[in-house]
This record gives sequence, C-alpha cells and structure tokens, in this order.
Amino acid sequence: MPQISLKNINITFKQKDKVLEAVKNVSLDIQKGDIYGIVGYSGAGKSTLVRVINRLQVPTKGQVIVENQNVNQLKGRKLRDLRHKVGFIFQHFNLMNSRTIAENVYYPMFNTETKNRKARVQKLIRLVGLQGKENAYPAQLSGGQKQRVAIARALANNPSILVSDEATSALDPKTTQEILQLLKKINQELGVTIVLITHEMDVVKTLCNKVAVMNAGQVVEKNNILNIFSNPKNELTKDFINTTNNSTNAIETLSQQTKFQELSKTNRLFQLTYLGESAEHPFIIDLYNRFGISASIIYGNIEFIQGTPLGNLIITIDGQLNRIEEIKQYLADNQISLNEIDFSKIK
Amino acid sequence: MNLIAKYLPNVANSIPDFIQATWETLYMTILTAIVGGLIGLIVGVLLVVTGPDGIAQNKPFYNILDKVVNLFRSIPFIVLLAVIAPFTRIVVGTAIGTTAAIVPLIIAVIPFYARQIQNALLDVDYGIVEAAAAMGSSKFGIIFRVYLKEGLSQIIRSSVLTLISLIGLTAMAGTVGGGGLGNLAVMIGYERFQNDVTFVSLILILILVFIIQIVGDILAKATDHENFN
Ligand SMILES: Nc1ncnc2c1ncn2[C@@H]1O[C@H](COP(=O)(O)OP(=O)(O)OP(=O)(O)O)[C@@H](O)[C@H]1O
Ligand SMILES: [Mg+2]
Repeated sequence: MPQISLKNINITFKQKDKVLEAVKNVSLDIQKGDIYGIVGYSGAGKSTLVRVINRLQVPTKGQVIVENQNVNQLKGRKLRDLRHKVGFIFQHFNLMNSRTIAENVYYPMFNTETKNRKARVQKLIRLVGLQGKENAYPAQLSGGQKQRVAIARALANNPSILVSDEATSALDPKTTQEILQLLKKINQELGVTIVLITHEMDVVKTLCNKVAVMNAGQVVEKNNILNIFSNPKNELTKDFINTTNNSTNAIETLSQQTKFQELSKTNRLFQLTYLGESAEHPFIIDLYNRFGISASIIYGNIEFIQGTPLGNLIITIDGQLNRIEEIKQYLADNQISLNEIDFSKIK
Repeated sequence: MNLIAKYLPNVANSIPDFIQATWETLYMTILTAIVGGLIGLIVGVLLVVTGPDGIAQNKPFYNILDKVVNLFRSIPFIVLLAVIAPFTRIVVGTAIGTTAAIVPLIIAVIPFYARQIQNALLDVDYGIVEAAAAMGSSKFGIIFRVYLKEGLSQIIRSSVLTLISLIGLTAMAGTVGGGGLGNLAVMIGYERFQNDVTFVSLILILILVFIIQIVGDILAKATDHENFN
C-alpha cells in the first residue's frame, strides 16, 4: 500500500470566461521512504498537484489517499491531524514576519501533542544550522536562512511526509547543495518520505529515487531514477536530462568547429548511453569485430546516480551503416542505448 | 495666570468650561473607540474572511456586508446625526447630550474602521495564511494567530487614522448637545466672537491629535518586524 496515492487527479480553474485545466488525469503512487521528484517547466501544474496531498487544493476529480485516509473527505480535527503529519516547504518560504525564528518553528506545534516543544525548537534550529538566530525576525535573514527556517518549521511535528516546493530555486549552488544534503539526511535518518518539486534535473539526480515529469498538467513519464536517466522515453524528459549531462553543450560546441563539420559530412553522429555493468563491456572493439565498423568517441561523460555509473558518450561511426538497426539491437541486448543525433536540429 | 488673563481674557474666565469640554471630547472619543472599534474590527475581519480568497468565503454574505458598509460610509455625518435620532432615543433614552452623541459616532466609525481593517488584513501575504492552514491552524487560529498578528502594525496605523477622524466627528456632535472642544470653539469662540477661546480649543484638539499620533507611531514601529530602519 503506497503512503500517498493520487488517482486520476483533475484540477480545473474556472476563470471569467475560460476554463483552465491545470492538472489532467494524473496518477502517482509514492511509497514510504521515497524521495519522489516532480519536474516540469513553469506552469506545468506541479504546485497545484502536490497541494492536494494535504487538501490545500481539492481536486475537481480524482481520489487522494494518504496513509489510508481519503483526504478529500477529511474535515475539522481529522484534517488538521493530517496536516500536522505533512510538512510543507513553500516556494516562497511564507514565514510569519511578526514572529521570531524560534516562534515560527514553534507555530505548527501549537495545539498539538508534540512532546518537549521548547526543546524541540532548539533541536530543529540546530539541525538546520541556525543556532544564534532564534530571536531574529525573518526580515533579518538571507534567502537561504529563511529556507532553513521553513525546513525546520516543516519538521516540527515529526511529519511522516515532507513536501518541498522548489525549496532551492532561489538559492546559490553552494547553499542549494547544503539544503539538498539536509533533505537527504532527513530522509535517511528520520525516514521521512519527501515529495520534491523542482525544475532542475540536477536536484533530482542528487536526491530522488523516483521521478515524474510533468508537462501542461499531465505526467508524461514516471519511473525510478536509473531508468529515467538511462532510458528516457519522452522528448521532454530527454531535454531535461540533457541539461544535466552536458551533452547538449558538447554537441553545440563541437558543431561550431570546422573539423567537426567536415567529419559530419561523411560520418554519422550518435549518442550512446549505458548503465552499470555494461560499462565494463568493450563495445567499441565488439562493434569492429562483429560489424566491421570503427567508432570513435568524441565526447564522454560518466556520472554516478545512486552509486551506479551512467555513461553518456557521443561517437561517430563510419562504415556499414546499412546494418544500423542490427547494431542497435545488439547494443540494446547489452543494455546500451544508441540514438542518432540529428544535425538539422543543432544550431 | 496673569499672562493668561492678559492675552486670553475669555479663556481665563472659562477654565471650567475647558475642563468640561476636554473631558467630553475624551469621553466621546474613548467610548466610541472601544465600542465602534470592536464592532468595526469584527466587521473588517468578516469582510476579509468571507471575501474573495478568504478562508471562509461566502459570496452572498460578503456582498451584503460590503454594500451595507459602503452605504453607511457615504452618509454625511451631519445627516446621520439627524436620521439616527429616533434610534438613539430608543437606545439611550434621549437624543440630546454627550452620551446620545456617542450612538451616531459609533455608527459612523464602524464602517470607516471596518474598511481600514479590511485593507490592513488584505495586506497580509496570502501565502502566510495558506502556510498556517497547511500547518494545521483552524479558521479561528488563522484569524487570531495570523491575520491579527501579522497585520498588527498596520492595524495600529489604521486605528490612529480612525481616532483622529473620530475627534473630527466629535466636533460636530455639538449640534446634538454632545459638547466637547469642537463645540466650545464654535458655540462660544465663534458665535460670541471670543477668538481666544476658539484658538485655545484648537490647540487642545491639536495636542490630543498629536499625542495619538506619537503613541500610535511608537506602537506601530514596535510591532513592525518586517521593515527595519
Ligand atoms: N488558484 C488558481 N486560479 C487559477 N489558476 C491557477 C491557480 N493556481 C494555479 N493556476 C494555474 O495553473 C497552472 C499551473 O500552475 P502551478 O503553480 O501548479 O505551476 P507550477 O508547475 O508549480 O509552476 P512553477 O514552476 O512556476 O511554480 C498555471 O497556468 C497557473 O496559472
Ligand atoms: Mg510552483
């Protein structure tokens, strides 16, 4: 039984004379302990979708089940109990300006049975590294510090679920890394399930074990992180991934070199992606031995995703390209995917 | 005393009148502020929570309340005094005197203050209200622990503005025998050509306004944690 189950969620907003479908028939299952990424461009419907988890938004259609409760039907005390269990980090922090940092962190514990609340405030402030700032007001903090307060506050009632809506979009790379490590620690040490909205694939790569890609209100692809990165199916997913592995940059830079432009008249260009053990497979030699073609690597990038190497190579091939389908099949059998790079698309 | 007698002859002769008038002004202002302020605050909160984007939206209720507030806002006070007289008689037993003047004052202050409160509370970032809901606050919790707390500094500024306009209104209450400094300035100072009385009444009113302004500014600053300077 998933901890969070969204079934056929539709959300429409009625404005004066038109109807806006912000979320269209989305179904997601999120398991306990997941760090589930939701990526998509601005306006894709990410924030609107996650807001159904604690009923900040009631879906126009569809069912929301969180920890075996039908969220759409929760009211009063029951709803507030659920909301205490779901920590929310908002895109724009939303700290209370009239309360100190300590009071902001204390706020969600008011009227709850959480134990040792005063001590807990101190503990949470230390966890996010803000000791000494207890009595400061939000207006006196930097963006990164505010984000930390928002995280501490979201953890106040020992939530079992943490929803983070672009928690790092306003931060510099170093602070972003610190916040992401903090979220990872929360997930690993406290076992908190995290739903993480972002438009940066890098964030997904460092943190998530699963991801859903959203476009115009729909989930166009969802999978575990290794499958998504090694074998993306949707064009949008590929776009997102290419922004993180530098292939796009590499191809663009290469295409401006005259030597390369000449090469491209006789040779064809492929992007080759491989995962894990297949990294040890000597496929360049294989290709020559089996198909009589010589491939050369003109760009390479290997990174580790959840400890598994993921390789991204750009190669040129000359020789018998009439057998390309056969070659693709052979590589696919060895968990290597080969995609031709279309020159007309570059520039 | 000699100086007063020399330069402000009529004032010197009517010191008890001044004490009486100052007291009447304070009495009308304070009582109206407490009753009208409380009701105005409630109406203002109702406008915000039942209005568009409110936490307890109720279109029909909001529309009616909104219209009523507008209606009462547009009645000139001097007309209101007359129109309200029969109602005043029911409430306080008479339509004349300081206490009777308080009824129309309250009725004038409620819609004025309610609008001020509404604007002050609408300034509270909706994101904060939503965050409070997400953290499990009830509707009452949101009103008291978010709206009134986050908006406090602005509420104090609005209250200062309302109090100062209220002092202005008390001056007109003289026409129904409400007394007060405004009445003193007009009825004795102006009508009897005792310019020094008018002048000193004015000074006393200004001092009152000034004190309210200064205290209000200090309180508003002390409760504003958003702008540090
Ligand atoms: N309360 C609302 N009323 C009307 N339209 C809304 C409302 N909330 C969101 N929308 C619309 O729904 C669409 C999705 O918005 P949403 O905020 O979910 O996008 P997002 O994926 O979170 O984008 P971003 O990355 O910019 O935060 C947008 O077109 C937005 O204008
Ligand atoms: Mg968003």
